[in-house]
Amino acid sequence: MHLPPPDPRVLSKKAHVVARLRAVLAEDAVIDDPAETRAYECDGLSAYRCPPLAVVLPGTTAEVSAALRICHEEGVPVVPRGSGTSLAGGALPTADCVVLGIARMNRVLETDLANRCIRVEAGRTNLSVTGAVEAEGFFYAPDPSSQLACAIAGNIAMNSGGAHCLKYGVTTNNLLGVTLVLMDGTVVELGGAHMDAGGLDLLGVVCGSEGQLGVVTEATLRILPKPEGARPVLIAFSSNEVAGACVADIIKAGVLPVAIEFMDRPCIRACEDFAHAGYPDCEALLIVEVEGSPSEIDEQLGLIRQIAMRHAPQEFRESGSEAESAKIWLGRKSAFGAMGQINDYMCLDGTIPVSALPEVLRRIGEMSREFGLDVANVFHAGDGNMHPLILYDANKPGDLDRCEAFGAAILKLCVEVGGCLTGEHGVGIEKRDLMAVQFAPEDMEAQMRVKDVFDPGWLLNPAKVFPLSVSAGRRAA
Amino acid sequence: MRVSDEAELAEAVRAAHGALVVRGGGTRDVGRPVSGDVIDVSGLAGIRLYEPGALTLVAGAGTPLAEVEATLAAEGQRLAFEPADWRGLLGTAGAPTLGGMVAANVSGPRRVQAGACRDALLGVRFVDGTGAVVKNGGRVMKNVTGYDLSRLLAGSWGTLGILTEIGLKVLPAPESAATLVIEGLDDRRALQAMTAALQSPFDVSGAAHGAMGTLIRVEGFAQSVAYRADRLAKVLAPFGAVGVERDPARIAALWAAVRDLAPFHGTAGDVWRFSVKPSDAPGLVDDLRRRGLVEQVLYDWGGGLVWVETAPGVHLRPEGLRGHATLMRASAETRSRVAPFQPEPAPVAAITAGLRSRFDPRGILNPGRMG
Repeated sequence: MHLPPPDPRVLSKKAHVVARLRAVLAEDAVIDDPAETRAYECDGLSAYRCPPLAVVLPGTTAEVSAALRICHEEGVPVVPRGSGTSLAGGALPTADCVVLGIARMNRVLETDLANRCIRVEAGRTNLSVTGAVEAEGFFYAPDPSSQLACAIAGNIAMNSGGAHCLKYGVTTNNLLGVTLVLMDGTVVELGGAHMDAGGLDLLGVVCGSEGQLGVVTEATLRILPKPEGARPVLIAFSSNEVAGACVADIIKAGVLPVAIEFMDRPCIRACEDFAHAGYPDCEALLIVEVEGSPSEIDEQLGLIRQIAMRHAPQEFRESGSEAESAKIWLGRKSAFGAMGQINDYMCLDGTIPVSALPEVLRRIGEMSREFGLDVANVFHAGDGNMHPLILYDANKPGDLDRCEAFGAAILKLCVEVGGCLTGEHGVGIEKRDLMAVQFAPEDMEAQMRVKDVFDPGWLLNPAKVFPLSVSAGRRAA
Repeated sequence: MRVSDEAELAEAVRAAHGALVVRGGGTRDVGRPVSGDVIDVSGLAGIRLYEPGALTLVAGAGTPLAEVEATLAAEGQRLAFEPADWRGLLGTAGAPTLGGMVAANVSGPRRVQAGACRDALLGVRFVDGTGAVVKNGGRVMKNVTGYDLSRLLAGSWGTLGILTEIGLKVLPAPESAATLVIEGLDDRRALQAMTAALQSPFDVSGAAHGAMGTLIRVEGFAQSVAYRADRLAKVLAPFGAVGVERDPARIAALWAAVRDLAPFHGTAGDVWRFSVKPSDAPGLVDDLRRRGLVEQVLYDWGGGLVWVETAPGVHLRPEGLRGHATLMRASAETRSRVAPFQPEPAPVAAITAGLRSRFDPRGILNPGRMG
């Protein structure tokens, strides 16, 4: 992965910049010892690493503003960081950057059940937002797999989704307002506890901008009353095509499950070997979960059973208890761990139109043979968001390169069939050089104009999202 | 000037020498009056893709909304955000288009449950003020590739770009609905009742209050609707006698009246729209009432959206409002004098101005309409 050469002017004034940051932040909030900055050299995409110039861990919006103002004055790039769980390298540092970590800002500022919202500092983890309101019967809907660790700041930067967004939407659909600090230190309030923008929807464009427009320090999030209950079913099929057709029929019938998860044979096998969830031996498997009262759940599952039976499933396994529900989910939830047991893996994140599913799976199988690397498919079938896991051996010379090439080929295929490069992980560093596959120069130009407005010096999270050749003129300016 | 395709539109924008007034169906005349050459995009019409099994529809921005809704209804689907028809409110004629709906981010009562128009937006194509054709988003349900310009264009009232194509997420239409009705609540009690309903796990898809009473809607499969209506009736019992409307036609009529602002049709006053934190709504209205400024009020979105009719020419937006106020209906003279859209604090206004200057450097797209 190519990164622009570090700016020698910035590297040479490290001591000066660090001293200025120390003057406005707590003693332990500025890290410049190379032994310690190494802890920040990568995020969840650990194939790429680069220790930063320094790390700051401010505790308030005012401190974030002061730190950014100094970096702005000194022309030092800043890489914002939530919990560092990005799978796209969204928080990968450059050698000449200051990493601005928001993790110390993790308080709940206001819980407002009457208006169904909560105001938190953006370093708070996703799951602990729900944790703050679940005793009162509420939850925060977006649920990325990393929700135990990932920060709301990162969720907003990447517009994160999760398994349940078929019904509840992704971050942008559950975000009411933010406090945003611009690169020059200006503090801006966007949105609030009310719905929708009065003017241009700046909040809507900040969400998903990968930390390139500003640093989010606080957020107002929508919380929802918890449903009375939920129950999954497992449906096994003898082919991907039939499973795909069943998904389309369920949706067409008017049932809107909270989740429809799909696993193919390689994934089922690996999960079964690892987690012993008792999955059937089949080509394709769906886990469909519905919510409501017991009778509502029965009604929906009855319909799903009727539809599934038209597709002659190998098995239709309805959960009869909490323990059985947990067992149905066990294999799916261990998918990533199971893959890690077998080998190193790269997790992709393209989205395709649901109708293209059988064709895409067939072509991924062909490519797997061409590249000589195994791949397992697990994905959110209701919305077409695929997560092919490509297995490779990091210690084997050339394997990572082949894996990257295979991954790029899959993502190009996603675009070719009418989909996109990333459904919920973000572009980051990982898919930066593929942007031109999906977007014409004018499309990227329009996006970069937005960054020009928020961050005219292109100092925030530089070298991400847009191919370096496309952003070169702006980054140099 | 009427254009028939995107390339012709782009050429027309490039060749323009002065202000362009963007026109789809011409039914949503809101904001500062704009004068200039009318550019009619209703010819950019037609449904280009509809996959019911993928809940996806893509159509030209000039496509009549009615055509889209009929096509969806034939497959048992609909636009979940329940777009309003403002012709009765604004006294306009013509056919509302998909592009106009998105440009104004029009969302109806189901906003509280299903999200706004822009939440259903999968992607757009548009022509910016330089005549460049830009696409953003696409036709799939989960897409975080690049910045979300689609949301930015939604609700930009044709000032950043002229929409040419719209991709939308659609949803199944439910087989059944019920509406609980409580009569005679004052605004504060009504807000409490709506809040209690929206805090329940019974998936309320509408909560409105006005002269017609306090209305709570649930939708879904028949058994489920019956169950939830029954449970909600118990939740609402402390507020008074709860009637349950189960007749589909009468339910549709009740909510169409809320959605399309029927109480304001043909009345003489100006109409303001407030978007606030629901619990702030009764206090806001009390304040306006004390000052004798209120002709009639309609609460939607559980109190988060308040429509207020006042005498012509009266400026209703209070200082320090938390949320925003938009002057939706008034004479051209009033809309020239009173800022129809909520003025923004300086740093936000600077960003807005920056975006306008880059998407429309010559300032020719509906100039001044939003501010």
